[in-house]
Amino acid sequence: MYTFSNKLKIASYILMAVGVVGIAIGFASMPHTVEDAKAIVASHGDGHGEGHGESQAAGHGEEASHGTASNDHGTEETHGEGHDASHDEHLLHQLQNKPWAALYVAAFFFMMIALGVLAFYAIQRAAQAGWSPLLFRVMEGITAYLVPGGIIVVVILICSVAHMNHLFVWMDPEVVAHDELIQGKVGYLNGPFFIARAIIFLGGWILYREFSRKFSLAQDEASDNSNFKKNFRISAGFLVFYLVTESMMSWDWIMSVDPHWFSTLFGWYVFASMFVSGITVIAMVTIYLKSRGYLKEVNDSHIHDLAKFMFGISIFWTYLWFSQFMLIWYSNIPEEVTYFVTRIEDYRLPFFGMVAMNFLFPVLLLMNSDYKRLNWFVVMGGIVILAGHYIDIFNMIMPATVGDQWFIGLPEISAVLFFAGLFIFWVFRALTKAPLQPKRNPFIEESRHFHY
Amino acid sequence: MASHYEAPIRKPLVLGDKGYHDVTVDIAAPVEGRANKQWWIVFTIALVAFLWGVGCIIYTISTGIGTWGLNKTVGWAWDITNFVWWVGIGHAGTLISAVLLLFRQKWRMAINRSAEAMTIFSVIQAGLFPIIHMGRPWLAYWVLPVPNQFGSLWVNFNSPLLWDVFAISTYLSVSLVFWWTGLLPDFAMIRDRAVKPFQKKIYSLLSFGWSGRAKDWQRFEEVSLVLAGLATPLVLSVHTIVSFDFATSVIPGWHTTIFPPYFVAGAIFSGFAMVNTLLIIMRKVCRLEAYITVQHIELMNIVIMITGSIVGCAYITELFIAWYSGVEYEQYAFLNRATGPYWWAYWSMMICNVFSPQFMWFKKLRTSIMFSFFISIVVNIGMWFERFVIIVTSLHRDYLPSSWTMFSPTFVDIGIFIGTIGFFFVLFLLYSRTFPVIAQAEVKSILKSSGERYKKLRDAGKPLYQIKVSGSTKAASAVVKETPDVTEEASEEKVSNLLDALGAFDPSTDTPDDLKKVKGIGPQMEKTLNQIGIYSFAQVSKMTDKEYNLLDSITGSFPGRAQRDDWAGQAKDLNNKK
Repeated sequence: MYTFSNKLKIASYILMAVGVVGIAIGFASMPHTVEDAKAIVASHGDGHGEGHGESQAAGHGEEASHGTASNDHGTEETHGEGHDASHDEHLLHQLQNKPWAALYVAAFFFMMIALGVLAFYAIQRAAQAGWSPLLFRVMEGITAYLVPGGIIVVVILICSVAHMNHLFVWMDPEVVAHDELIQGKVGYLNGPFFIARAIIFLGGWILYREFSRKFSLAQDEASDNSNFKKNFRISAGFLVFYLVTESMMSWDWIMSVDPHWFSTLFGWYVFASMFVSGITVIAMVTIYLKSRGYLKEVNDSHIHDLAKFMFGISIFWTYLWFSQFMLIWYSNIPEEVTYFVTRIEDYRLPFFGMVAMNFLFPVLLLMNSDYKRLNWFVVMGGIVILAGHYIDIFNMIMPATVGDQWFIGLPEISAVLFFAGLFIFWVFRALTKAPLQPKRNPFIEESRHFHY
Repeated sequence: MASHYEAPIRKPLVLGDKGYHDVTVDIAAPVEGRANKQWWIVFTIALVAFLWGVGCIIYTISTGIGTWGLNKTVGWAWDITNFVWWVGIGHAGTLISAVLLLFRQKWRMAINRSAEAMTIFSVIQAGLFPIIHMGRPWLAYWVLPVPNQFGSLWVNFNSPLLWDVFAISTYLSVSLVFWWTGLLPDFAMIRDRAVKPFQKKIYSLLSFGWSGRAKDWQRFEEVSLVLAGLATPLVLSVHTIVSFDFATSVIPGWHTTIFPPYFVAGAIFSGFAMVNTLLIIMRKVCRLEAYITVQHIELMNIVIMITGSIVGCAYITELFIAWYSGVEYEQYAFLNRATGPYWWAYWSMMICNVFSPQFMWFKKLRTSIMFSFFISIVVNIGMWFERFVIIVTSLHRDYLPSSWTMFSPTFVDIGIFIGTIGFFFVLFLLYSRTFPVIAQAEVKSILKSSGERYKKLRDAGKPLYQIKVSGSTKAASAVVKETPDVTEEASEEKVSNLLDALGAFDPSTDTPDDLKKVKGIGPQMEKTLNQIGIYSFAQVSKMTDKEYNLLDSITGSFPGRAQRDDWAGQAKDLNNKK
């Protein structure tokens, strides 16, 4: 049995406490009036010199030509006089969104890790993989976070529907009234249906997680393989559910922050991101537990396999990223390409930096097969991958919610710290609840003998 | 490779009481034996179809692309449909050999050889279409970025069609190298068993001097892994680039970002269907049921089910996003597909690709060989329709309603398509008679862990290998004329018949030969032959089919073995050399 070390527990408390304080400061310093907002931008301008001012100007110029991130364009263009006022209003909204968006990105990121692990776990079960059963308890521990993590995301979404923030412009009836395109989508993009879907998605995932965990533990004490078989069946069923809901979740929770924009690949692209982040976290938790003297049977070959997945899925992510980007860039259809135009103009560093972190780093670091067996190397590579995929989610949410007012500052970092603390606390607490090595899984011997 | 241990709940991948030598014999059998009547019938049909296709191609090239059903609006139809269809089918081979190798799936070993062969043959068919479509195929080399004296004439690097040239030629080369690498030890096996000098010569050349030393194997394993690593991104890239042919455009129904992974999934889907079609027949005809088991078919059906569902998910995503986008043209394109004049093609596609694989959720159905065969054909048809739907329905209603039209194929369109099917089967049938159709070296590597014989021995707690104590080697002088004791009353007549035909052996005048020099006669068989009364090459060289059968009925072991190894021919040679 694993015991949650006090050090780690205290670290997770500190992370959460610091995070909460930071998040609170972020919300407290949210501007309430247009004047506040202008003052903040002005002080930023001073602090960051001319470069920042320039990119800001470019960003605004671009924004005038498309309606993705903006609230009320139609009016802007016709009422030249009101332009300044509405522009300031827009700025206020962006700054008011900032702490919310920071919270949402971090909440989604950690939820996505648990969900990615759940998918990986279900695939291992459905494929009857022989190498991985030794890692099942680690995966089950990580997926435990889906309950609090998923609920927090859904609560934030409910706050959005309740107009406590402006993350999703399509939820604003004012905006919809002036936007024919969004009006055409009201049948799908409307508050009640949106929340109902969110609850169904999350409910389905959690249901599978809890049942699978139950059967997994029951199998240890059973005298036959019936629990194992049940797990196999529900895993196959879950994967079908997941295939559909994961895509829809991505459209709902991420793609719809840019309600004009659409991409058929989007759901699978988000999947690649969550899958690779999840596998990375499995590897990191496993390596941590091993370093503390647990999971003695897990050998270098298991780590090697996880690292191979990190390497392979990183390339797969890049493949999807490139496919989506290249096809939209190549066709250059205005309503689609605006998505990337905004990102390249206002988010150049995170946008291209993310590609370097998610592609170049894993490929170069993990190409060599010997390096895939070096624990510290896998952890270093893993940190880059996780940071890269955080920025990936950041790039998906921020341009539509805070526009060019993005900055990785106190609210963003605090939100990450808070959720990291919660994640560590919840995951390692879940790990203490059952023996780390499954006893009666029919493939456990194969996994113990696993040698590449 | 992973250790030899395998969980007891895993089912055996090689059925029956098969040892290492049995694998060799079973897999060499179709190559060493003669083609039967059915083979010739099917081959003739395929050849006729191929020749008809050649005729249509010659007609097209000599007359022009006007012989096809293309018109101003629908400028791409069957040609590119067939091209994409064939490329897609080609995907399963590399997927099985490379991706499943990386995932350490042992079941791939029984099917990878044929799947790779299928890949190469279908990529050849695919490659034909762009070349024919050029109208002047002798200028085909213009698609390559070669230095030329045509002034500013240079390939257009911006065009996905050019990327296709690179992707598919790379794919074909790597697949070919991968295939051949795997074939080396197997060709060497056939070479070592060959008795006729001509065969020996050919298979020596094909096996590139494989010697079977440890160093050979070590290099072999390394090269396989490297090639698998190279081939995996290639599989993805090929159909991705094929999808770019459409998706980079601004045509509603073509421009959609999901195309790359969805085309790849569709390609794997159709490829596995074709592998199933071919192997279900082949396992029967070549008597390979012990190697290509129902479990293999079941697993392929599961892959078909998974990829079919992914493709279905992509169809629905496309439909939904077309509505969600709010783009009228996009919405119309999809509405028109489902309810327009080509509704029948759309619904054929939906039924064949999305609904039919869902039957595979039922264990009874996916382990039924007849049903699997039926579904594999259905999927092949469905995937052809998918490409047809994407290509023709998007084109036939263009932005200008006055040019709206329909496409109807001419006999030339149909003829070329049928011709490629014929060509494909001609190649595949020739392959099945001349190549070891199962990677026997690889199958042997899993025999101990996954063979039924060894699984049973392990379960019974017996050692996996026992050295058999054979009779002491017999010296020539020790030959005593004695009544053969193997023969019982019933077979005594047969023995005398046999000896009548071959001539009796008289130890006082003749000297016994070392019959073990004849390939296929081991110490055990020699002993048996001696007991019957056969001691010399001269006797053996007189054997014909009748005597072989007689011998088989007496010994009851290895029926057909003597024919296959041509004992008489060998003995004649040996006798002459004496």
